[in-house]
Amino acid sequence: MKIYRIHALICAGAQCIAAGGNGFEEALKNELKKHNIEEEVSVVETGCMGACQLGPLLVVYPEGIMYTNVEAKDAKEIVEEHFLKGRPVKRLMWKKEGEEEFPELKDIPFFAKQTKIVLRNCGLINPEDINEYIARDGYKALAKAVAEMEPKDVIDVVKESGLRGRGGAGFPTGLKWSFAANQDSEEKYIICNADEGDPGAYMDRSILEGDPHSVIEGMMITGYAIGSSVGYIYVRAEYPLAVRRLKMAIKQAKQAGLLGKNIFGTNFSFDMVLMMGAGAFVCGEETALINSIEGKRGEPRKKPPFPAISGLFGKPTIINNVETLANLPVIVDKGAKFFKQFGTEKSPGTKVFALAGNVNISGLVEVPMGTSLRKIVFDIGGGIPEGHTFKGALTGGPSGGVIPMEFIDTPVDYESLPDLGTIMGSGGLIIMDERSCMVDVAKFFLKFTVDESCGKCVPCREGTRQMLKILERITLGRGREEDIDRLEKMGELIKLTALCGLGQTAPNPVLSTLKYFKEEYLAHIIDKKCPAGVCQFSALKEGRKKHEAKIAH
Amino acid sequence: MEKIKSIEELRKLREHARKSLQVRSGEAKVKIMVSMGTVGIAAGARDVLMAIISELEKRQFHDAQIVERGSLGLDNEEPVVAVERDNKTVFYGKVTAEMAREIVAQHVINGQIVSEWVIAKG
Amino acid sequence: MKQKSLIDVLHDTQEEEEKNYLSRNKMIEIAKTTKISETKVYGVSTFYTMFSVYPRGKHIIRVCRNLSCHLSDAEKIAEKLKEILNVDFGETTEDGEFTLEESSCLGMCSVSPAMTIDDEPFGNLVVENISEILLKVKEGSKK
Repeated sequence: MKIYRIHALICAGAQCIAAGGNGFEEALKNELKKHNIEEEVSVVETGCMGACQLGPLLVVYPEGIMYTNVEAKDAKEIVEEHFLKGRPVKRLMWKKEGEEEFPELKDIPFFAKQTKIVLRNCGLINPEDINEYIARDGYKALAKAVAEMEPKDVIDVVKESGLRGRGGAGFPTGLKWSFAANQDSEEKYIICNADEGDPGAYMDRSILEGDPHSVIEGMMITGYAIGSSVGYIYVRAEYPLAVRRLKMAIKQAKQAGLLGKNIFGTNFSFDMVLMMGAGAFVCGEETALINSIEGKRGEPRKKPPFPAISGLFGKPTIINNVETLANLPVIVDKGAKFFKQFGTEKSPGTKVFALAGNVNISGLVEVPMGTSLRKIVFDIGGGIPEGHTFKGALTGGPSGGVIPMEFIDTPVDYESLPDLGTIMGSGGLIIMDERSCMVDVAKFFLKFTVDESCGKCVPCREGTRQMLKILERITLGRGREEDIDRLEKMGELIKLTALCGLGQTAPNPVLSTLKYFKEEYLAHIIDKKCPAGVCQFSALKEGRKKHEAKIAH
Repeated sequence: MEKIKSIEELRKLREHARKSLQVRSGEAKVKIMVSMGTVGIAAGARDVLMAIISELEKRQFHDAQIVERGSLGLDNEEPVVAVERDNKTVFYGKVTAEMAREIVAQHVINGQIVSEWVIAKG
Repeated sequence: MKQKSLIDVLHDTQEEEEKNYLSRNKMIEIAKTTKISETKVYGVSTFYTMFSVYPRGKHIIRVCRNLSCHLSDAEKIAEKLKEILNVDFGETTEDGEFTLEESSCLGMCSVSPAMTIDDEPFGNLVVENISEILLKVKEGSKK
């Protein structure tokens, strides 16, 4: 291949030719010949460069300088000044206009009010290259932990930071660790719960896809703190890309000696196993997840004993959620004080939400704990689509409830949400406007629970089914007045008696919509009307007619 | 990759990686970053990526480095493409294959930002 | 390190099988090699929605049934798929190409309605594009 010193690209799109590009090309070639540098400069005709209003165009490499509106008479100056003396002809160069007017990424409203700790690297680094993670202080916290800190110090920092489990329950992470750390056992396990199944929640997947090493580092810090040398990552099989990126990250960490024996030349060794789920929502519950890793049906176990005492293969086990783990490198590296400056006193740090539904800008949002729902929905999410009004926000998926307009200024944290009859959950946040029917939403989630109930305990298996029957009846216009009372009673009973967290929280969507939108239920039951126009009562009539016609035949 | 055996080595690698990230953006004239999380792909990022590659090939432009990245979080604007050129990064939103071709032609090759599609600068 | 989990074994076995399922013979074989009882292997195989003990199509379509998709008319997409493929949820097309399934949530709320075909995600679905997507997938696998 011939090497040229200069590449001159001339736009040969129809419009540039129309603007006189051809004449310029000839003039340029003549000039090159005159100065005897034909062998040094390659003149290439390219397709349309797209900037037709500025044509004819000439682009010169290696500098990548673009000349606009070039004419035949300019050829001499370009060759003599630029090609021979290396001085670009400023007067012909394209001026970058308007560029300063673009807002910085961090200044656009969607990002301006966010605080990125967990998502610090997402979208900014190449998740398939460990060096990019290392360049942004990756594995620095791990190094600090294993080299400068005793395991107890690590637990203390996490305790001090006030970090609470981001999977939904909000249990203090450091405290949980100390239970497992105090167990005298040769074998202990760390499990990363990446079985993110809550409808509407996909924060964990984004972290795994965008910054897998932060989770791996978090697991290793946990391992060092409690004295474990094996970690399991249990990922939903519905997340093939996350699985691929994790595999790659584990491999690279092993190659770099960051995962394996005697990390940083210390006595600390850690190995990691990646496991895929197989499509069972209940496996997000920690004891069901343990059963699944052990190769069993993913049915929850009775607690106590808690996994921190007796978990995977009967050994002390710490199960942390993806987002919790991704917080750890920052806490250990920058200290508890840094972390505590964000969020509230009882819920420090940030929380990532997956904002979706009837909202103008959907996506992943990381805000300090205690940020009001109004700020998230209206300032960051850009509000409700024009012509519609906010009706409710659903947090916590099938375990949560709906927050109505009157509580939109509630700070979102672990304390305030339960007061409203919902939970923080793992971070799904579905916004609904007046077009959504609350009875339909409650029915939707109950159907979900009925489908996903593992069937082990009666309250969840049978109770939710009966509640769903009642709701179906109501949405078909066949509800009875006593149904409301019945739903409430059954809901409370299931909450009290179900075996695991999934069952205990299953009635929440029904109970919370009953609390705030009772008149909507009554409209269905008494007036046989769906105010939002979602439930189709006429379908029932037609269905019945068909059915009756069939029988008549 | 060499194994990292001590913290000192990690520190060195970090310094080196930081520099090489900077150098790299200087080495390849243009860095094109395509947001390739699940949401991005579902919104069509793969077609966009293919369009970018084919356009670069068609125009015989080899001075660009294409990097796949995770999601920025701004799912609404997916597929998101970021172009880093002349030490400046610009983010384009809701990019289609056709738009991607034009971004390559105008911005990547000629350094002219396609203002109307820009959502922000980096 | 403990031996491979039964879940992993089942995943691997199902993947090798052309019809994307766990046959009776395979399950018996797994029981023998893992020394887990046949009933337990069957019990686990039927617990998880991603395993099937019946033959399925070459491609598995999973339609997201989450609330966000529900709010953005995923029902119409499901209806269209059923119409084109002439199957209901849980069924396989006559030509053995596609099996239609539901998923509780695929986590693509911001590009709802969404579905996956095998490992490929598809978002912002509109009824008009469904047949084109199916055709692409079908042709892609022939190459």
